[in-house]
Amino acid sequence: MSTKHTIAVLVNDQPGVLQRVSGLFGRRGFNIESITVGQSEEIGLSRMVIVTTGDETTLEQVEKQLYKLIDVIKVINLSSKPMVARELALIKVKAEPSARPEIMGVVETFRASVVDIGTTNLMVQVVGDTVKIDAMIELLKPYGIQELSRTGVTAMIRGNA
Amino acid sequence: MSAQTPEVRSTEQLREKWLKPEVITGSEILLRSLLLEGVECVFGYPGGAVLYIYDAMYGFKDFNHVLTRHEQGAIHAADGYARASGKVGVCIATSGPGATNLVTGIATAYMDSVPLVVITGNVATTLIGTDAFQEADITGITMPITKHSYLVRDVKDLPRVIHEAFHIASTGRKGPVLIDIPKDVSAATTLFQPEERIQLRGYNPRTVPNKLQLDKLARAIEEAERPMILAGGGVIYSGAHEGLYEFVNKTGIPITTTLLGLGAFPTGNDLWTGMPGMHGTYTSNHGIQQSDLLINIGARFDDRVTGKLDGFAPHAKIVHIDIDPAEIGKNVPTDIPIVGDVKTVLEMLNPIVSYAAKADAWRDQIRKWKAEYPFRYVDSDTVLKPQWVIEMLNDTTKGEAIVTTDVGQHQMWAAQYYKFNQPRSWITSGGLGTMGFGFPSAIGAQMAHPDRLVISINGDGGMQMCSQELAICAINNIPVKIVVINNQVLGMVRQWQELIYDNRYSHIDLAGSPDFVKLAEAYGVKGLRATTKEEAQRAWAEAMETPGPVLVEFVVEKGENVYPMVTQGSTIDQMLMGDA
Repeated sequence: MSTKHTIAVLVNDQPGVLQRVSGLFGRRGFNIESITVGQSEEIGLSRMVIVTTGDETTLEQVEKQLYKLIDVIKVINLSSKPMVARELALIKVKAEPSARPEIMGVVETFRASVVDIGTTNLMVQVVGDTVKIDAMIELLKPYGIQELSRTGVTAMIRGNA
Repeated sequence: MSAQTPEVRSTEQLREKWLKPEVITGSEILLRSLLLEGVECVFGYPGGAVLYIYDAMYGFKDFNHVLTRHEQGAIHAADGYARASGKVGVCIATSGPGATNLVTGIATAYMDSVPLVVITGNVATTLIGTDAFQEADITGITMPITKHSYLVRDVKDLPRVIHEAFHIASTGRKGPVLIDIPKDVSAATTLFQPEERIQLRGYNPRTVPNKLQLDKLARAIEEAERPMILAGGGVIYSGAHEGLYEFVNKTGIPITTTLLGLGAFPTGNDLWTGMPGMHGTYTSNHGIQQSDLLINIGARFDDRVTGKLDGFAPHAKIVHIDIDPAEIGKNVPTDIPIVGDVKTVLEMLNPIVSYAAKADAWRDQIRKWKAEYPFRYVDSDTVLKPQWVIEMLNDTTKGEAIVTTDVGQHQMWAAQYYKFNQPRSWITSGGLGTMGFGFPSAIGAQMAHPDRLVISINGDGGMQMCSQELAICAINNIPVKIVVINNQVLGMVRQWQELIYDNRYSHIDLAGSPDFVKLAEAYGVKGLRATTKEEAQRAWAEAMETPGPVLVEFVVEKGENVYPMVTQGSTIDQMLMGDA
């Protein structure tokens, strides 16, 4: 059964390492829904968080193939354990002054925030799991979304795991 | 064999000389590091971006470089050297077109897990990214076909990178590693401090298997009524042929060896069933399909072996022994996975396994099939049959030669009719199926084994893809016996067009090919031609008596097909057996 998986990949912070990882997904026919890269807790290592879809066999191959890359130190299947997954979205929504109170209502309900106000639009920042951001976008659509930018998911396993 | 004769010095004295900490250029660091890694010969082709490296070779007598006539020839030769010797093959090319000409050879080595260190020059670091003259992003281009790659931006990194590259290429599942050296890095100087440690946190190939899995396998063997071994190239690469022999002897399990596994097990043995798969034996294919325990030792369940996956070995419990965990479960769901170096696995396994006692009826069945369905062909007294030619080569050399092949019908006939009894005697491009590989790889194999007989078997198509390397044989007196099985056609494509595309022969006629005898002679290599059995025997005898390189062209039947054949989409027991 094809399901969504979130995996973290600890890699050497080397030029070309993102290309190695994304290239591997491409040529093996693995899907990437989102990928984020940044510093990790250790100097010299970066952490990637990749959301991919596939069945259990595909996921097993993804992990094994990733381990074959010399620059990959560790692969962690986050979604096999309780995890916290968050992404951030910036949404520029059309907002004539008359529509603003209504939009502010949506923003508050989602515990999002307005980070910029233009003459005819607002920039909304929302943080949460993918479902929450999808819902926020759905609610803002009727007002007219002018620009949308999502960071992709970053995630961690809860507690001491 | 080299044009340069190294001074006679002990290895220790030489090492001391190479190890001397001096301020030297990146190019000199490269050459010394290669020597310290034990490199005996390097195949290459110079150009703008590697001028400093070639300048460092000038007058450096310890370093043995063979100038090929095409970068593709250089990398296939390095590949042949690696497969024949078990050591790392090395080649050098310049940036841009020099580097891209290596791509086919890198992919060939990658598919067959051959250890290579591939060195390319690149434009100066200041020019990288500017579309400079002869610039190509070769690390980017080769990322999917290398085990690892480096772009060296600082000369100080060079000793470490070279040492790591050899370690990565030659351990775990072996493969090609590319080192791209910009021109300014090869020119820059630094104090040479050889690197001896390896610190690669993300690279720890697992060689020792899980003991519990071995116990499971031992029990499965005791219970099996129809066990079968499928052994592949991994046996040869890990040097496990003796362990395999002991395993088969102890358990009495019939064994089939894949194309790359030929030579891993003596072909004369009663339990050997031949090659499996698309052009494999009846016994191997039916043996696999009817088995209740299939023990894969260092093979990767390639589609040419498995045929239609859904329906492959339907009754078998699958055991897969491989150094690469990613191979296990990739194509075929596995019941007993064993990750480890094949040699280590067999060393641990042999003391705990016993004779497969329930398999007596099965062994009888295998023997019966073997007797009933050997490889067959219809011989002729008027035209030369390619199978007959291979049998003659086998008979006259007692299966003791190193044989390299190109790709196509002649490759399959060589695999079927040449009886290998030693590992590293059979060199062929299995995974990638690279035409143009057969002849240059023989040059490398001969460099690795100057005293052994090396026969390179080619078709008339593939021979024309790297024939320029005849110059290397002539000028260095490399005594490869070059066989051209000339059927005037791209035979394997013709066969598919006949059988599957309804006799619609599209662009397979090789009319206009050169006179191969004259082609050889144009390079100063002796050329001989045979069109009948008598001529064939005479020409081959003459070739064997001639000390240097010889090309022998055998003009054979055009319409001959390779049988048995499993067409794509069929399970491997659905075999076309041919007319014989």
